[in-house]
Amino acid sequence: VIWRRWRALDAAGVMGINRRNADYIMALNPRRNYPIVDNKLLTKELAIRHNVPVPELYGSIATPHEIRKLPAMIADRRDFVLKPAHGSQGDGILVIVDSRKGRYRTGSGRLLDWGEMEHHLTNALSGQFSLGGLPDKVMVEYRVRFDPVFDEISYQGVPDLRVIVYRGYPLMCMVRLPTRQSDGKANLHQGAVGAGIAIATGITLPAVGAGNAIVDEHPDTGAPIAGRLIPHWDRILLMAAQCYELTGLGYLGADIVLDAEFGPLMLELNARPGLNVQIANQDGLRRRIKRVDPLAEQARSAEERVALAQALAARGYAADAA
Amino acid sequence: VRLRHLLILVLSLVATGGGLFYYKWQVLGFPVEADRDAQTWTVEARIAFTRPQTGPAKVTMRLPAAPPGFIIFDEQFISRGFGLTQESGPDSRVATWAVRRIQGDQALYYRATLLRSREATPPPRNSPPFPPVPELEQPYEIALQELVARVRQESADIATFAAAAMRAVRGNDSGIRLLLGNEPEPIARAELVLKVLHSARIPAEIFQALRLIEDRHEAELEYWIMVHNGQEWLYFDPQDGSRGLPANLLVWSWNARPVLQLEGGRGEMLSFSTRHTIEDALRVAELKAKRQHPRIMEFSILDLPLKTQSMYSILLLVPLGAFLVVLLRNVIGISTFGTFMPVLVAMAFRETKLVSGLVLFTLIVALGLSIRFYLERLRLLLVPRLAAVLTVVVLLMVAVSIFSHRMGIEIGLSVSLFPMVIMTMAIERMSIVWEERGPGEAMKEGLGTLIAAAVIYMLMITPQVQYVLLVFPEVLLVLLAGILLLGRYTGYRMTELIRFKALAGGGK
Repeated sequence: VIWRRWRALDAAGVMGINRRNADYIMALNPRRNYPIVDNKLLTKELAIRHNVPVPELYGSIATPHEIRKLPAMIADRRDFVLKPAHGSQGDGILVIVDSRKGRYRTGSGRLLDWGEMEHHLTNALSGQFSLGGLPDKVMVEYRVRFDPVFDEISYQGVPDLRVIVYRGYPLMCMVRLPTRQSDGKANLHQGAVGAGIAIATGITLPAVGAGNAIVDEHPDTGAPIAGRLIPHWDRILLMAAQCYELTGLGYLGADIVLDAEFGPLMLELNARPGLNVQIANQDGLRRRIKRVDPLAEQARSAEERVALAQALAARGYAADAA
Repeated sequence: VRLRHLLILVLSLVATGGGLFYYKWQVLGFPVEADRDAQTWTVEARIAFTRPQTGPAKVTMRLPAAPPGFIIFDEQFISRGFGLTQESGPDSRVATWAVRRIQGDQALYYRATLLRSREATPPPRNSPPFPPVPELEQPYEIALQELVARVRQESADIATFAAAAMRAVRGNDSGIRLLLGNEPEPIARAELVLKVLHSARIPAEIFQALRLIEDRHEAELEYWIMVHNGQEWLYFDPQDGSRGLPANLLVWSWNARPVLQLEGGRGEMLSFSTRHTIEDALRVAELKAKRQHPRIMEFSILDLPLKTQSMYSILLLVPLGAFLVVLLRNVIGISTFGTFMPVLVAMAFRETKLVSGLVLFTLIVALGLSIRFYLERLRLLLVPRLAAVLTVVVLLMVAVSIFSHRMGIEIGLSVSLFPMVIMTMAIERMSIVWEERGPGEAMKEGLGTLIAAAVIYMLMITPQVQYVLLVFPEVLLVLLAGILLLGRYTGYRMTELIRFKALAGGGK
């Protein structure tokens, strides 16, 4: 049984963690480029230089001494997001939807006074949320106002798009939809559902929920998930493709959100993107990679690569694609 | 290119490690398997005498030297107040105890631990000259000649002559009575056998030996006869004339001279007690190897001081644990806290045994975790919080020990040996995972850690594994090769076969 399952997965081109680490991450992602993705401040800086849209940075806090500058940074804005520069998996992110008279209301409705705010910032600066517990910086940035396209199919929280970019080609994409069970988080382990998106068209596929079950309708809103067109699809793919030049990483995951006003914004990049995207798309990554490899050198610019990736996708990554 | 490089490295590691292992095993004869019931004997000689008036005393005792079929690997002299000197010649050793002023009853002990060994053979001895025919006064001369004639009648060659001589001397006829008296000492009988043999100009000697019998006390040395047949020495039991050295016979002295000599005292007594013991197999193997290959053993772990050795016997298990972690994580796909925490936990289990270790670990981590969550509400900074958790862990361990002692459960006490830093790390890691990825993930990783630790522990405590690693540390090179190969393992993890099962139907 084990061997049969193995052969079937291999035939479908499913990528396992070991193969991802050994053949793709280690081979394509130079270690020296990791700080670009691990340090979100640096990511943002480079993204701006490469014309990849990101949420506006209001300021950053590097030492406990600077905490008191926070009110000046946000000026007269009522909402903002606090984000540790080295945070992983969304830890330590504080979304403030409203602030007045030194009191801050978080996205989940909790009210923080200045003391609590100070404590959170001190913790973040001392490295509680960073990889390895090293002292960290905190970014103060624009709070994304989500495009209403996902309102019907997400429960609170942050629906985000994850695009896998292989050697500059956007290969696979999914949207992670928070549910009540996942407590508004976009983490598939915690009950969020993931829906693949056809690269060629930008139309969502049926979602996959807990236990790999196919979920046609969002468990909380009841709205059908499949068949929705993601707006600004071409721009999303282009942004993702540009991240290749931005980071120099041959295998990366780009997290992109849709803002109602500014359109797609790149939130963060990941040098070790997870493999659940394969489940959401019901397809193996390596099957697609094999099609791209012989063509990888043909296209130069990000636009050419996106066109090529979409052409491949339109032909269903069939063997005769070349 | 990189892959070929790796393969060459792996092959050379396997060749070096395997080759050394094979050489030590086949050529040098190191046993691969720990000898489970290596036969060892403990022999204790007790010397007792009395010194009625205060004054000096000197005791000289012959000690066994290279006895056939045995290896002496441990000796102790117990002699309070006496000075001890040892001399050793080619095939004899002498211990001398001396004291300047002493009075009253005295007891000295010599204790030797012997290992039965097929490899040890009797020392080669040159063929002796033909002995002169003993000259006796009449009527003994005639009695002896009659005896020799009778023995010659009953025998065909030197071996049968010797056997017949021993049988004849055990007889009770008038000739024997004349030569030995009515109640002969064993030494007198042996000397008579020697005289018979010498009369026939057969080289023969008396030697003294001890029969090793389980739990024997007040044993005495026996006089045995060895006879040279022109090519080799033959050994005879004078009791019944049977030939050959029994496996349980310890040759104490190669001549008939008294084993014990006393100056300045009286009433000397020498008695032996023998006891059969099963020594720790590893210790025996180590001593055996040291005996047989002293040169090589000088550069081996077994030559290190015992304390260092026992440290290495644990340390050598760490790579094995690490290899298992690699296997469990990268091939099976069990998720664990940290990379090598399971190894550390497994080492901790060595102190507590498995079941109680699992229970204690779960208990203390669970209690520590709830306190960690309470501390979280107090909003402490990272480092003080870690220090607080550490303190609480120590207190919990003390509490568990005291409580279980009150309850009369012994296992609780071993918790104090449980490395507390490992616990603190486990609690901190678990609480972070708990908050970041939810209780489910934390439980999963916690369980994975315990399973991995249990598997590693089970392997670590296997004596065979410990033995092989200590005697053949080069096996680690082969293990290293395995780890390097696993470093290039790009196949699926077993858990991924389940995770991606929906994709097994083939891609779209």
